[in-house]
Amino acid sequence: MDIFLQQIINGLTLGSVYAIVALGYTMVYGIVQLINFAHGEVVMVGAMVALWVITALAGSGTTLPPLVIVLIGTLCAIPACMAVGYAMERIAYRPLRNAPRLAPLITAIGISIILQHLAMLIWSRNPLAFPQIISNPVFHLGGATISGVQIAIISLSLLMMAALTLLVYRTKLGVAMRATSENPEIAGLMGIDVNRVISITFVIGAALAAVAGVMVGTYYGIAHYTMGALLGMKAFSAAVLGGIGNLAGAMLGGMLLGVVEALGTGYIGNLTDLCHVSWISSDLAERCAVDGHVILFGSNYQDVFAFVVLILVLVFRPSGLLGERVSDRA
Amino acid sequence: MSGTPPPLLEAFGIEKRFGGLTALSDVSLKIHRGEIYGLIGPNGAGKTTLFNVLTGLYRADGGRFQLDGRELSGLKPHQVAENGIARTFQNIRLFANMTALENVMVGQHMRTRAGVFGAILRTVGTVREEERIVHRAHELLAYVGIDRHANTTARNLPYGDQRRLEIARALAMQPKLLALDEPAAGMNPTERQALGQLVSRIRKDGTTVLLIEHDVKLVMGLCDRVAVLEYGKKIAEGVPESVQRDPAVIAAYLGTPRTKEETPA
Amino acid sequence: MSDTDTSFLKSRPAVWAGVALMAAALVVLPFALATVGTAWVRVTNLAILFVLLSLGLNIVVGFAGLLDLGYIAFYGVGAYAYALLASPHFGLHLPFWIILPIGAMLACVFGILLGAPTLKLRGDYLAIVTLGFGEIVRIFLNNLSQPVNITNGPQGISLIDPFRLGSFSFRDNQTFLGLTASGPIKYYYLLLVVLIAVVIVNIRLQDSRIGRAWVAIREDEVAAQAMGINTRNVKLLAFAMGASFGGIAGGIFAAIQGFISPESFVLVQSIMILSMVVLGGMGNIFGVILGAVLLSFVPEILRYTVQPVQTTLFGRVLIDPEVIRMLLFGLALVLMMRYRPAGLWPSKTRRREFAPRNGREGR
Repeated sequence: MDIFLQQIINGLTLGSVYAIVALGYTMVYGIVQLINFAHGEVVMVGAMVALWVITALAGSGTTLPPLVIVLIGTLCAIPACMAVGYAMERIAYRPLRNAPRLAPLITAIGISIILQHLAMLIWSRNPLAFPQIISNPVFHLGGATISGVQIAIISLSLLMMAALTLLVYRTKLGVAMRATSENPEIAGLMGIDVNRVISITFVIGAALAAVAGVMVGTYYGIAHYTMGALLGMKAFSAAVLGGIGNLAGAMLGGMLLGVVEALGTGYIGNLTDLCHVSWISSDLAERCAVDGHVILFGSNYQDVFAFVVLILVLVFRPSGLLGERVSDRA
Repeated sequence: MSGTPPPLLEAFGIEKRFGGLTALSDVSLKIHRGEIYGLIGPNGAGKTTLFNVLTGLYRADGGRFQLDGRELSGLKPHQVAENGIARTFQNIRLFANMTALENVMVGQHMRTRAGVFGAILRTVGTVREEERIVHRAHELLAYVGIDRHANTTARNLPYGDQRRLEIARALAMQPKLLALDEPAAGMNPTERQALGQLVSRIRKDGTTVLLIEHDVKLVMGLCDRVAVLEYGKKIAEGVPESVQRDPAVIAAYLGTPRTKEETPA
Repeated sequence: MSDTDTSFLKSRPAVWAGVALMAAALVVLPFALATVGTAWVRVTNLAILFVLLSLGLNIVVGFAGLLDLGYIAFYGVGAYAYALLASPHFGLHLPFWIILPIGAMLACVFGILLGAPTLKLRGDYLAIVTLGFGEIVRIFLNNLSQPVNITNGPQGISLIDPFRLGSFSFRDNQTFLGLTASGPIKYYYLLLVVLIAVVIVNIRLQDSRIGRAWVAIREDEVAAQAMGINTRNVKLLAFAMGASFGGIAGGIFAAIQGFISPESFVLVQSIMILSMVVLGGMGNIFGVILGAVLLSFVPEILRYTVQPVQTTLFGRVLIDPEVIRMLLFGLALVLMMRYRPAGLWPSKTRRREFAPRNGREGR
């Protein structure tokens, strides 16, 4: 099996999800310079609602084809997440628009905690199996395999990115959004309803998050009330990697982070196998002879990559690959 | 051979560009000990940019400057400050939520030494130093005439007093050169006059002053020498009377009748 | 600086009487609690640990205005330093008065390592980077059991030595003048002494040249630089100080619990400590103490009230008190930021910061 190609495929799949979630962070940041820390929880809500609906429909003995059931689940998740996104902006963030930066960040932490524990109350504190009702054919590609779900995730993501790009660059709403992000005051003077534009931005981001939630749930086969936090952090890292506030950056950053994570996880064990240097000590050589490998950092360090990327980017290129400058000087 | 001591501040060929825009080109100047040196010029001439270069906030793209014979170009703002240049800001930058007294106490930071351990153990030395800091802060507030406001939060001070507080805070750094960026901006004529007197007194008490000012009258009355910037270039320098007669200056800056008779709005 | 009104200590005798009364109450407290149940003494001890942590974080967030979301990592570093050097895991049993300084130093080094490259970042980015750092430390604690077993992975480290001074161990029961002091009660007094020391250190730092420099940086970094303040070093100092406080608290935690695992050093804990600081009143030492005490005790009280109330009302526990606690906690954060952003008991500077402006706007 071709590990490299396989990890690239897996990486692009995950990367598509990161990119979709990262778009939510970056759009909101672009418009109100706020890191919506609770965005990951919206993804979780999306996954949970979809899981709920799909399980209910699948268990009801309906004759609907499985693909339609998943579609209905997604279509229920989207408005639910949009509502959450709207409420979040309206109730928690809008009143703080001119507050010191710390305030919205702490509010976001509060919202995260609330959403997580509400989800835990409604659904469960245990991981839930995401119903696998659609058949998932596996295709061979070179020395690797790609599943139907993976193809669906990647192509659907690309589709949504294209749609969002069209929305931002080809519609009146997009113009209003870009104007607001340039300068909200001037945009307001030009007759743009800035509050409405900000609300819509949150809502669009939340809709994307809902789809991402269904994708992750389907891909991993489980959903859990804490799934949003880590995913959110990774997507945020992706947005920073690409250059926060920049749409193309979020897409690029997401894909890149997915691939880095997949390749890293795939190779780190082999790269840090001390048996490559077993000559440094006879103890080590002995262990290698018995176990074959003495791995310093294994694939259980998977979640470290995103954070390391985040820290490296912020330290060495805070503007990200394509974005504005974020360090704090007058 | 000359009997005059070397100048306090010397700048040679300072250049500063922002992207394609040249903000300063080949600006050289000398400020002598004990003088009030004025820097004037129309809006956007590069006065504040020069200020920011001389105080380390901007890094010059070319040229160098030294204070008291010591090379300061390329140093960070706090290093420039340590070497003896203190400044005020055009758009007042006080520690807005600290009291006036606390602001001046912060100003003494680099002239005092107490560290973490001294503070934690509250050593005799630290306590004495702290007393000295408070005492000196009151002195400085009295010097600029606002000691009655010592315990007022800086941002609640009347505007003119905020300007004065900024000067007191800068003086707390015991600078060799005090750089004032439009200290009279937004003041009424009475306040301006009082400010002029304060600046004269600061000089008389031994601190050299570099002054950016819009109000030509104030500058001409106060300064020993004046330099005029236009489009990032120094177009004239000298005693106020000769600068005022300089045709280049008249054309660039004093040329129109409106600015010639400039009065505070 | 008169930020915490320590001046009142010098004035009215009535206040002195109040302080004396409070001191007496604090001395008697563990015995009173022990009559209800030793569990409450343990809860109190943990609360004091959280007060220590909050005061450490307050230096970073409250004084210097640097938002640190990975603070629990320093607590973890201190705890693991103690656990590794005083447990059968490596067979090392060094005395606590050697390990605690080591733990503090180690945490301090971690603080500087984290701070040095990141302190130039703007506030919210710094928050995220510190969060990432905290997660990295946790992941390492979880996984450094392979190939060489350093941290024993998710199982954690057990049988950690209690504090010992000669033959005097803090863990055993001891009868003294007819009073039996259990291990937790002895730790309580130890913690109380540490707490008082830490409060004094905090007050003195706050009213010092360094404390003023921290606030100045928080207020206006450019102006602070122009005052000759080396902002990078002064910020690093705040980070290092805060981290070493965390390290010391971590060491005490390991000794009291006798067992630690990565579970104790998760993001939620960082957030909890930050919330104590914010809720109580950033920058005000006594406000922070209030916040930490509230957030430590309310959940315990909930645990003992919500459960019985639900059982009597519905015959079973509908909502886990832990969930209620977290929901209330999240709600408190949101509401506080909206209606009382400076905290329950704000510092003077912060109160001014959040108050409506006046004076300057007219010009």
